[in-house]
Amino acid sequence: MSWPLWEVFVRPGRGLAHTHVGSLHAPDAEMALRHARDLYTRRGEGVSIWVVPAAAITASSPDEKDPFFAPAADKIYRHPTFYPVPEGVEQL
Amino acid sequence: MDSAEQEAFEATIAADSTIEPRDWMPEEYRRTLIRQIAQHAHSEIIGMQPEGNWIGRAPTLARKAILLAKVQDEAGHGLYLYAAAETLGVSRDDLERRLLDGRQKYSSIFNYPTLTWADVGAIGWLVDGAAIVNQVPLCRCSYGPYARAMIRICKEESFHQRQGFDILYTLTRGTDEQRAMAQDAVDRWWYPSLAMFGPPDAISTHTERSMAWRIKRFSNDHLRQKFVDMIVPQAEVLGVRLPDPALRFNAKTGHWEFTPPDYDELFAVISGRGPANRQRLTHRRTAYEEGAWVREAAVAYAAKAAARAASQSSGTAGPPRAPAVPDEVA
Ligand SMILES: [Fe+2]
Ligand SMILES: [Fe+2]
Repeated sequence: MSWPLWEVFVRPGRGLAHTHVGSLHAPDAEMALRHARDLYTRRGEGVSIWVVPAAAITASSPDEKDPFFAPAADKIYRHPTFYPVPEGVEQL
Repeated sequence: MDSAEQEAFEATIAADSTIEPRDWMPEEYRRTLIRQIAQHAHSEIIGMQPEGNWIGRAPTLARKAILLAKVQDEAGHGLYLYAAAETLGVSRDDLERRLLDGRQKYSSIFNYPTLTWADVGAIGWLVDGAAIVNQVPLCRCSYGPYARAMIRICKEESFHQRQGFDILYTLTRGTDEQRAMAQDAVDRWWYPSLAMFGPPDAISTHTERSMAWRIKRFSNDHLRQKFVDMIVPQAEVLGVRLPDPALRFNAKTGHWEFTPPDYDELFAVISGRGPANRQRLTHRRTAYEEGAWVREAAVAYAAKAAARAASQSSGTAGPPRAPAVPDEVA
């Protein structure tokens, strides 16, 4: 009999986002949290834990990496370096 | 096989980047990793037994708390590694069954018995020390989840080696009897620790391909030498003698020359004929079987709690409920 898989995210400190640290098996969310505490934060590695059923995650496919992320690459005007700054202008 | 996929895989390896779970990878790369990571995970789990043997008999409460924390870390290492293996498409249950019925191996070192308290020191110092030398390069292994698990593990291992060194250091500063006990433990654990690096390069079967795939960074003999060079000066500080009359420093190479371990013994222990193989697997099987009711009860409880929550949310709204926590773990 196997327990479902959970993905574990830990917030390492205040002001930081939760980061994926690994996964574990647990029968329910409450036990997943307790196991995550024992498994991934034995030395004060976090101030907050999320556990998410692995089956609930939808991921982009690595096969379509190029077309999927292409819209990000062809809009160079999203970066500040796209714009020329006239000499003498500071703090822009 | 799609050659574009193969090319992308090889380019990633060549660029010293990491392969991630959903990437295409050669079947043989996947199989090699599953075997290696599972074997590594099994070693962490079985490795709890020789030291667990002394938790109830540690000489002081402080030593007992430290040993408990160390053994708990090893359980954690096993679980990080099973999780990494699962990203390759196998299930932990399946790997566990393969360990229990002997289809997958674990490190030969854990088939030696822990006869005295000094053995706990020798294991921390030599066995965890050898594990560190083996594992540090794996933090840069080409398979992302394995490399990340190894980074966590390596951070925890240095505490393991130091607590072992500390046990021996205390003993060698004790009575004659305690010094003799420390020396006896080092005498028995030295060669099995050297054997942890595996067979010599000349007859090591998977080394070349694993190195090409960057699953492995250094050869067995290279790492074994590194270990000896690290340990010899530490032994001097401890005041213990390494049981090798041929041990001597070669000023030309800058390395210590040493007698290699008995590889016939290594192969005998790997194939099940070590002093404690039977005991280790029997203990593991018993723990697995006797724990079955806990696994089943937790699933039954989760199903019941989920059904209760579903019927409550579909019925009239009651007062907000606290999250379900089983009494026995609250
Ligand atoms: Fe470990
Ligand atoms: Fe360890």
